Amino acid sequence: MKRVVVLMMAGLFIIFLGCGGEKSADDQAKKIANPNGLTDFEIENGIGPVKEKIQLGEINVEMAKKGEETFIGKCAPCHKLDKRLVGPAQRYTADRRTPEYILNMILNPDEMTKRHPTGKKMLAEYLAPMTNMNLTLDQAKELLEYLRLVAKEGREKNIVADPVYRNQK
Amino acid sequence: MRKTNKLIVVMFIMTIAFIVTSCKQSGSNSGALNNSAAERVFVAPGEYDEFYAFVSGGFSGQLAVHGLPSGRLFKIIPVFSVDGEKAYGFNEETKPMLETSYGFIPWGDAHHPDLSQTNGVIDGRWCFINENNTPRIARIDLTTFETVEIIEIPNSAGNHSSPYVTDNTEYVVAGTRFAVPVPQRDMSIDQYKGNFKGAMTFVKVDPENGSMSLEFQILMPGFDYDKAHPGRGKSHGWFFFTTYNVEEANSLLEVNASQRDKDFIAAINWKKAEEYMKAGKFKTMPVRYAHNVYEDATHSATSTMKKTVRVLDPSVLPGLVYFLPTPKSPHGCDVDPTGEYIVASGKLSANVTAHSFTKMLKAIEDKAFDGEAYGIPILSFEAVNAGSVVQPGLGPLHTEFDGKGYAYTTFFISSEVVKWKLGTWEVIDRKPTYYSVGHLMIPGGNSQKPFGKYLLAMNKITKDRYLPTGPEVCQSAQLYDITGEKMELLLDFPTMGEPHYAAGIPADLIKANSKKFFKLEENNHPYATKSEAATKVVRKGRDVHIYMTMIRSHFAPDNIEGVKVGDRVYFHVTNLEQDYDVPHGIAMIGANTSELLIMPGQTETLVWQPTKPGVWPFYCTDFCSALHQEMQGYVRVSPRNSNIKLSWSLDGE
Repeated sequence: MKRVVVLMMAGLFIIFLGCGGEKSADDQAKKIANPNGLTDFEIENGIGPVKEKIQLGEINVEMAKKGEETFIGKCAPCHKLDKRLVGPAQRYTADRRTPEYILNMILNPDEMTKRHPTGKKMLAEYLAPMTNMNLTLDQAKELLEYLRLVAKEGREKNIVADPVYRNQK
Repeated sequence: MRKTNKLIVVMFIMTIAFIVTSCKQSGSNSGALNNSAAERVFVAPGEYDEFYAFVSGGFSGQLAVHGLPSGRLFKIIPVFSVDGEKAYGFNEETKPMLETSYGFIPWGDAHHPDLSQTNGVIDGRWCFINENNTPRIARIDLTTFETVEIIEIPNSAGNHSSPYVTDNTEYVVAGTRFAVPVPQRDMSIDQYKGNFKGAMTFVKVDPENGSMSLEFQILMPGFDYDKAHPGRGKSHGWFFFTTYNVEEANSLLEVNASQRDKDFIAAINWKKAEEYMKAGKFKTMPVRYAHNVYEDATHSATSTMKKTVRVLDPSVLPGLVYFLPTPKSPHGCDVDPTGEYIVASGKLSANVTAHSFTKMLKAIEDKAFDGEAYGIPILSFEAVNAGSVVQPGLGPLHTEFDGKGYAYTTFFISSEVVKWKLGTWEVIDRKPTYYSVGHLMIPGGNSQKPFGKYLLAMNKITKDRYLPTGPEVCQSAQLYDITGEKMELLLDFPTMGEPHYAAGIPADLIKANSKKFFKLEENNHPYATKSEAATKVVRKGRDVHIYMTMIRSHFAPDNIEGVKVGDRVYFHVTNLEQDYDVPHGIAMIGANTSELLIMPGQTETLVWQPTKPGVWPFYCTDFCSALHQEMQGYVRVSPRNSNIKLSWSLDGE
């Protein structure tokens, strides 16, 4: 009798597999290696509307000026340049992240903090989620110029800013 | 032992059978389960309902938004009553919405929602709803799901035959139920007969922005005007009102207004009325009525008192109004999608009566009159009647249409919905309701283009349908599938207040236009604060204005000193968020008002009058983030004679 039961169980197992087994082994392997299904580009440059590397020239001071205005209006409630507040100090963000990553984080924070490993780590560190301020790509690019400008200024004047992580490595 | 073996084998086979069938069902959507009522009203988690239903809140004064077929409640839109949840009628911005010629009124009796139309088809732009007690019409913007306009109706009392919408939303009508002295004056009640009047008001709607204006009133004889329906298609240009109490009784109406064999349907030719208006045949009457408008740009309402109304007198203006004799105190007045049949339900009649628009025009042409009332011709019943549904049930009330040639009438006394065929007047089907049904609604079912898939019956009595909740229980609604020859009861769900009537519409006509947040750049509130850098506190005598912002998850400023006992402190709070579904709230200890619940990009104002020295906290009322509990602040209140200077800060800055 025991053998009959074992055989039945084995049969059931096969049926179960047949029922759910539509995905190929290849897919399974990929999923284990990269649980969120991100491409190499996305790992390095974030997930969002910016899907290709962009070419940066010299810092555009005019754009940076506009970026500063946006920063004061839309970002300053949570970010200071040198001090950790609700979110991380922004002095050296442009040195830490790729330009595309910065744009994607500004424009698509919900997905970035849910799917991107770095975004998730930042959410775990700060607990307050990066908010979507519904900026345009142009506004985000102006902010990027501003962040590049303040990073340059910081390096020149040896300004010390709070580190990104306090609770994690 | 052998028995156990057999049992195992049987169980095994059953398990396989079950797996195989469930395996199949996940692949395709066929199978016996598909026919169950449960499956037809089931909207899977994360999926959307097919229809919106705007269901009147009745004596709650509000409007509920449900989904069909699930019956799920999405939102309660405050319209005529204050709502502490949304600060409607409590914050400085919305208080003017509830102003009337009688002053601020915190409550109203909401009755009939009706949707705007283009070419006789519901277009998803606005929902109108009437207030019965203090006669008013409100307009709800279906991009924000907020009440944006309320207009008071002068010379009216019991604003019940309202607010039905013409084919191109040219007019929303507001008919009085009670006749009253016009103008109002001190007189003996028993002088009612011949002296009281019923005002039928035509509210013009701006086709671009929906803005309402009181175009004209027709002063009718002193009957009760119960329900109304605009002509559709071929009868566009006419409006039909049921009347009762043509006896003109002023006491014990349940007996004295039920004497006559027939009352009337009043047919008003509003195109003719427009001609008379153009020809200057109106009188301008002094009145007072409030017109309240809410602007998204300023997130604020204003109230204006209007002073005159233009009035037409049908007793001296030929061709403006005709009376169609209709049996026994008719209540419901409904026009079919082609505009040919005017269906009236005599509350005390055993039959449902249908008049023919074509016959009515011919009777007018042939002067087939059967006397007159106050100078208004009464058409002969035989000349206008198209037919009757004979003894379909007891206590007929309201009728809607499915666009396939069928009508559905509710029966209050016999608690049922009856399906019958237009033209042949034969009864096709009947289904019970639980219990004592009033109105019914088919999405688009009062327009030229009904979406005849579901029928919602709204019941007046609930009794044993749900778990008991003390003496007061909710009223119930029932959803029927009307796609087949026979109606099928699918679902029973609770409603708010008393859902007199509802308006349904395919979700696709609304959901893409639904606003997600207000743009800060477009915020023109005079006290808006668009960045933390702009926050400040300003004293003007005893008034202290706090220009405050909120974002996940802090207020700026959150420490304020220099407020004194006896000050009037205005919290003008702007939500700086620019993302969907991130409202913040604010509540202040001891404030004699409600919280504020502020949508992203919006500014609202709370007034607080501190009475005691101390340090008083305020906090965010809407769980906004993981650090929501940290979203709090303090106001220091000093004695009146204190020298503490006004100061404010966030994180010491």
